[in-house]
Amino acid sequence: MSEQSVPGADGSGRPAGRLLEVDDLRVEFRTRDGVAKVINGVTYHVNAGETLAVLGESGSGKSVTAQTIMGILDTPPGFVTGGQVRFHGKDMLKMSAEQRRRIRGEGIAMIFQDSLSALNPVFTVGFQIAEQFRIRRGMSRADAKKRSIEMLDQVKIPNAKGRYSNYPHQFSGGMRQRAMIAMSLALDPEVLIADEPTTALDVTVQAQIMDLLGELQRERRMGMILITHDLGVVADVADRIAVMYAGRIVEEADVYELYAKPAHPYTLGLLNSIPRMDEKGQELRTIKGLPPNLMNIPPGCPFNPRCPMAQPVCREKVPPLLQIGSGRASACHFAEELVSRD
Amino acid sequence: MGRYLLRRLLQLVPVFIGTTFLIYWLVWKVPGDPFAGKCGDRGCPDNFRAMMTEKYHLDQSIWVQYASYMKNLFQGDFGITYSGREISDIIMTSYPNTLKLAVVALTIEAVIGLGAGVLTGLRRNGFLDNLVLISTLFLIALPVFVIGFLLQWLLGVKWGIIHPTVSGEMRMSELIVPGFVLGSASMAYIARVARTSIAENRRADYVRTAIAKGLPMRRVVGVHLLRNSLIPVVTLLGTDLGALMGGAIITEGIFGINGIGRQVLRSIVTKESATVVGIVVVLVLVYLVMNLLVDLLYAALDPRIRYE
Repeated sequence: MSEQSVPGADGSGRPAGRLLEVDDLRVEFRTRDGVAKVINGVTYHVNAGETLAVLGESGSGKSVTAQTIMGILDTPPGFVTGGQVRFHGKDMLKMSAEQRRRIRGEGIAMIFQDSLSALNPVFTVGFQIAEQFRIRRGMSRADAKKRSIEMLDQVKIPNAKGRYSNYPHQFSGGMRQRAMIAMSLALDPEVLIADEPTTALDVTVQAQIMDLLGELQRERRMGMILITHDLGVVADVADRIAVMYAGRIVEEADVYELYAKPAHPYTLGLLNSIPRMDEKGQELRTIKGLPPNLMNIPPGCPFNPRCPMAQPVCREKVPPLLQIGSGRASACHFAEELVSRD
Repeated sequence: MGRYLLRRLLQLVPVFIGTTFLIYWLVWKVPGDPFAGKCGDRGCPDNFRAMMTEKYHLDQSIWVQYASYMKNLFQGDFGITYSGREISDIIMTSYPNTLKLAVVALTIEAVIGLGAGVLTGLRRNGFLDNLVLISTLFLIALPVFVIGFLLQWLLGVKWGIIHPTVSGEMRMSELIVPGFVLGSASMAYIARVARTSIAENRRADYVRTAIAKGLPMRRVVGVHLLRNSLIPVVTLLGTDLGALMGGAIITEGIFGINGIGRQVLRSIVTKESATVVGIVVVLVLVYLVMNLLVDLLYAALDPRIRYE
């Protein structure tokens, strides 16, 4: 198996038609206590009609990457220190504020985790959807209202017409997240970033929202980046999965390959920690230890202190994200051993 | 909404009676003969004493006095001064002047205070922010009479930009400087409250959502951020109108404005108790009505507040 770097990582030889590419992105948070290296060379991409799941624990940098793509990173304390975010091949980090603003909503839209705080409490849900049609499309109030009700209908909110003039706090959690989805899809974006869209919801509602998202993504042939820490959520919806750890992608693979044969011990640990029906009554398996302190990431592989397979080399050399087989990559010194193992 | 309003209006009744009684009691129970010094060196003639005693029930208990005063009040009768002038007439001439001054002060507060607060809340720690922080500290620390005399002397006497006193016509252009003086401390508070409120909400999730929707920055700030940040500022502004009118006494004195502050002061000195009570009772009404308006405005600004 030949080791070659992942396409896009070096900015050359990337296949045409990639919609959104994050390339060796680096972000740090400068705080009074020191500099936290939150994103340390993240590379991923999403194409039209495809869903990429970004998986990782809290603090792994998945949301910060999304915020950097959207241009809503809080600066200070967050600073982009390197890399590119290309949309249709153009680096957005070099664009003017006005150019970036035009991409938001129309090119790339985002769904946030907590719909109660993400919607403005003092305006009706309808107003918050309609203002995009009015401001961005120059529609009249009446037309914008009509289009907004259509959007609420599309996300299957019952009595959309009546709900139009309700305030966010008058919606249930699931309905509010549907409204949030309607809002993000209003301008027909090419890429949708869903940042833990179901975390704040009941399990039954979670499934409904994921189904809705999957359905809308297929209908509209959108590229979707689904950020989650929940392995259960990903399996049905995602085409590819990128696993993040300590601000890096540690493994990227097709969903089925990743579930069948994880090529990184961290992914293996995550998969093993899913509670299983046939192991009822036994203790849950966990990954020992804690994620590293981002102000002081250990030398070598950042996962080495928690890794059951760690060898001396893991404490010295940072394993690069290397391609193993077609379309999958792993940042582990022993990736090939893991994959060829039975 | 209707029931809420009715309940709030009913709540005003005990507050109104309680406050007015306290005022009445305080003012009329000032030690000393109410007729002392009223009629020159020779003292008041007996028939005048008898008439006033009867009119204000001075020979009866404070409760009877208060009850009869309130009864007259609700019939529009504020009583008369010892010299026989209708007190309602005094109120009618002095209140509009003070109200005009207070409204000018309130407008200056709202425009400058809110403007400075929004600008500095968005860009903290810059030059403007420090300038506003220091100047507001000055305005809060300096007593009104210092600011008043200083501006009167500088602008009116030394540079001659304004007339040092306000004419009887009470033109708007004449009221700008007195209004600024009257509202200066509140303006500083408003700037600081608005600054904190804007800075706090600036990082709110819904602001981030508004940016992510691709709205222009002026709409994100002017619509989404401002509406939420205005809530504490509106409370301050609303309750301030009463405070401004009550506190206008010094400003009115400096700029020679014939308002309620001067009337109250004169009435206290000359022991015109009925005039003091009459003016203050109207002021209490202003406070109560403004408080009610603020509460209603609250709910209009924040739909999460329910009328129940």
